[in-house]
Amino acid sequence: MAVETLAAPHVTLRGRTFMALVVAPEFPMAEWFSAFDQQMHGAGGFFIDRPIVADLGATLEEGGPDAVFIVLEGLEARQLRLIGVEGVDPVLLAGTRWERLPKTLHGRVQTLETWADLHAAPHDEPSPAPVAAPSVSSLLIDRPVRSGQSIVFEDGDITIIGPVASGAEVIAGGSIHIYGALRGRAIAGLRAGDSARIFCRKLEAELVGVDRLYRTAEHWGEALHGRSVQVMCDRGALRLSAFD
Amino acid sequence: MSKVMVVTSGKGGVGKTTSSASLGAALAQAGQNVVVVDFDVGLRNLDLVMGAERRVVFDLVNVVQGDAKLPQALIRDKRVETLYLLPASQTRDKDALTEEGVGRVIAELRERFDWIVCDSPAGIEKGAQLAMRFADIAVVVTNPEVSSVRDSDRIIGMLDSKTLRAETGERLEKHLLLTRYDAARATKGEMMKVEDILEILAIPLLGIVAESPDVLTASNVGSPVTLHNPASAAARSYTDAARRLMGESVAINTPAEKRGLMSRLFGRKATAA
Repeated sequence: MAVETLAAPHVTLRGRTFMALVVAPEFPMAEWFSAFDQQMHGAGGFFIDRPIVADLGATLEEGGPDAVFIVLEGLEARQLRLIGVEGVDPVLLAGTRWERLPKTLHGRVQTLETWADLHAAPHDEPSPAPVAAPSVSSLLIDRPVRSGQSIVFEDGDITIIGPVASGAEVIAGGSIHIYGALRGRAIAGLRAGDSARIFCRKLEAELVGVDRLYRTAEHWGEALHGRSVQVMCDRGALRLSAFD
Repeated sequence: MSKVMVVTSGKGGVGKTTSSASLGAALAQAGQNVVVVDFDVGLRNLDLVMGAERRVVFDLVNVVQGDAKLPQALIRDKRVETLYLLPASQTRDKDALTEEGVGRVIAELRERFDWIVCDSPAGIEKGAQLAMRFADIAVVVTNPEVSSVRDSDRIIGMLDSKTLRAETGERLEKHLLLTRYDAARATKGEMMKVEDILEILAIPLLGIVAESPDVLTASNVGSPVTLHNPASAAARSYTDAARRLMGESVAINTPAEKRGLMSRLFGRKATAA
């Protein structure tokens, strides 16, 4: 055994993290899917190549096993990249073509280019012994976020001093504060939920989102363009309001 | 103290090669020892723009791979004696370059030259990354249009993260060179304004080069515009930019459209009608 191990070629494994979106379909399904289609249609490339995890807890509870299969087929028909399911008993999917989808995904993924090594708290391993993560609750970036860069900070707020370029993306567990122009995407409230907000000096964004609600530029029109704006959740809808 | 300067843009066709040749020539005309290195392996152009296409024997790939010595590959310009060209290979691709090999060649060039001007290929892949890897200064060539500006922004992000200087926490000087600027279209508001571009990219302006037939003519006869037609507006823009790179302070002129009083008074109305 030991000899075999020695003779085997060295295999290098590299870790990679992704930002997956969790969708949780709700009854009535026809309405949920049509709303979902509308969002997909309005959001340009937002869903392209995004890993999707289906949270089917509610579906199973209300509609039983048959509903689960119908929903999975519905999601597949929309060319979504399903990488896992949650909220269902693995036994239920045994023997179906979804059998191999992971059912126990350990969540809380982080993806970022340069900022990861510099600022983010160490990633919690799913180990039995609880590891106390250092309590970093905000991330400060004092230079422009350039096109193509993705800043993800799940543990709290992100403050950016400088502009966020078209084609750049900022994703925060809490709120996002931008002292500059927002021309790319900002998604807040990954952890804080609907209490998170987005603030920017100058709204020229492509997309803003808070706690699963989002809007693209064509929804808010010219009136807010270029103005100092905050974005928040207000009774289940996303509200953008100017400061000045 | 030698300086490695990458001329880059992300987007193709904005004027990287023309600007590399013109800035290189202008620096050499000011008495500096300059080598212009073509990193566009597989799509070699710089030799044509500099009029050296019939003198290429060995190239960057040969030197990187150790098949030729650096002095064998360097081509001395016939017009300015302190200007050299290190051409790219047309028959190979960008995978023929290695970071270690490029680093070795750059280190060797640093011993001989004041300025090593690296003409980057378009794109953000390996070729462009190797061209910027060892840079001390970056010239980001941008046209006044949205796609070019966004691509430049992406490249600036890479300059801030993928270069050796960025990784070791040193400062990398970045300058914006606006090319193909059309004064007439700017006046009519058909083009992005200089101040809007500067606001988006947030790096200092090195110069503005107007769209001009002189530049195209110079490229076609294989001579950088600063040598071919030194009196032209484009040549003066490049010469001024080169002086700014050498630390002189020269005021930047935005190219203006030459218009008479009547057209200034009535021009806007006429276009609207």
